[in-house]
Amino acid sequence: MSIKRIAVGAFALATVAASATLTGAAEYKVEDEAIKASLTGKAGDPDNGKKVFLNRKKGNCLACHVVSSLKDQPFHGQVGPPLDGTASRWSEGELRLRIVNAKALNEDTIMPAFYRKDGFHRVLKNFKGKSVLNAQEVEDVLAYVMTMKE
Amino acid sequence: MKRKALVLAGVGAVALAVPSVMTFAAEDWGQYQVGDKRSGYTFAKAETRAIQDDDFENPGMLWVEHGEELWETVDGEAQKSCKSCHADASDTMKNVGSTYPVFAKDIGKLENVENRINRCRTDNMKAKPWKYDSRNMLGMVSYVKRQSFGQPMNVKVDGDAAPWFEKGKEFYNQRRGQLDMACKHCHVDNAGNMIRANTLSQGQGNGFPTYRLKWQKPGSLHRRFRGCNKQVRATPYKTGSDEYLALELYVMYRGQGLPVETPAVRN
Ligand code: HEC
Ligand code: HEC
Ligand code: HEC
Repeated sequence: MSIKRIAVGAFALATVAASATLTGAAEYKVEDEAIKASLTGKAGDPDNGKKVFLNRKKGNCLACHVVSSLKDQPFHGQVGPPLDGTASRWSEGELRLRIVNAKALNEDTIMPAFYRKDGFHRVLKNFKGKSVLNAQEVEDVLAYVMTMKE
Repeated sequence: MKRKALVLAGVGAVALAVPSVMTFAAEDWGQYQVGDKRSGYTFAKAETRAIQDDDFENPGMLWVEHGEELWETVDGEAQKSCKSCHADASDTMKNVGSTYPVFAKDIGKLENVENRINRCRTDNMKAKPWKYDSRNMLGMVSYVKRQSFGQPMNVKVDGDAAPWFEKGKEFYNQRRGQLDMACKHCHVDNAGNMIRANTLSQGQGNGFPTYRLKWQKPGSLHRRFRGCNKQVRATPYKTGSDEYLALELYVMYRGQGLPVETPAVRN
């Protein structure tokens, strides 16, 4: 078993304490293919998580995933597996790592890393130095995904 | 101008009539499929394909017709039209659409149809270059490529073109933007899958300029590249740039053997 420390850029390390991780810059620890601790130290809010999950400018998770309980929403994509029952297949920490950076598990995946803010190629100006979701949004989406039990 | 359509033995009707559970046999897409290569046509909705198939309904044909008019229009200080030098396009331009982009020895770089046309305008006609996605440029490119209608794509990727091809291939497989995806993640790994409301195709270039129902006008291949870059939150390159020329060569090579479909219709 390997324990890796992933720092999201040196700049992040220097500012993490002061910035309260709002730009998606917190340090986290990957252990057993999971991130066991909350990125914010707080529990996520599943109601806000659902909003972030659906928002096309934020999670936009339905672009690639079918979720049966969201049948009222149009256009579920088929690029990834259906998320029905995913919280019965994976632990909270495993799901957190999937949302933070799915590439830690599958280098070639199409699923974006939602909590990484640099190391990208030619990012559009408006998105430079930012992660797709901030730390609390990751925790909120995670809390919502944790409701997807078999 | 001659009206012609690629003949596709009743596929539309078959696809409509057979319930999806029964389509276990691979669909016969005629010329629109060559081995594993499939034109965007084969991923489009039946209604969209029907618009493309009917030359009188296909709105892209209006641009082809505009190009045909421009072909004979004198412009620039040299007082020439395209026709003055190139005579009958159905003869002199018939291999352009299927073989471009090409390495042009006289300028020492890769050149696509748009850039070649502007070179003729500035150097041979002493006329102003056209803007890349202007009505005139789209019209002329559509007209020129239409002369290769139905011919299999056959671009040259060796010799002087080889370094451009390699660059294009690298571009295609490089992750970019905040969403960190390469072309191949959508158009190779996920061709045929729905992403939101769209069925991902193989991202082939054989139908360009393509009339987009969403835009209500045709767009160049490079405009499409810009859109596909921006949707993953990556900074696009300029239309006509060296980067996109290299990418164009690679994309056309991926579709080697597919027929020139200009003007294709897509949503
Ligand atoms: C561009 C497509 C894409 C987007 C957008 C996307 N995913 Fe994924 N997701 C995938 C793919 C593909 C997989 C399959 C595993 C892999 O490729 O690593 C996956 C796997 C998963 C899994 C594991 C599922 C299981 O049960 O095995 C979870 C959970 C997940 N995604 C959650 C999310 C959430 C939450 C979002 C939005 C914040 C999201 N995904 C957005 C493509 C996507
Ligand atoms: C004064 C003469 C002249 C005029 C006017 C002219 N061209 Fe050309 N064009 C040329 C020459 C010379 C070439 C190079 C032929 C070669 O390399 O064999 C060329 C090449 C081309 C090619 C590449 C053909 C190929 O087989 O690779 C295209 C396409 C083209 N011209 C389009 C146009 C268009 C469209 C116009 C009008 C907007 C135009 N040209 C006007 C002289 C002209
Ligand atoms: C996030 C997924 C995604 C990525 C990454 C992507 N595209 Fe696309 N592309 C699409 C969608 C969606 C369409 C419209 C439906 C279709 O034809 O796939 C499209 C359409 C196209 C088309 C038009 C196909 C036709 O038949 O008219 C081309 C060409 C194309 N893409 C090329 C590229 C290239 C080159 C890249 C890399 C620079 C790229 N795409 C990256 C999603 C993507």
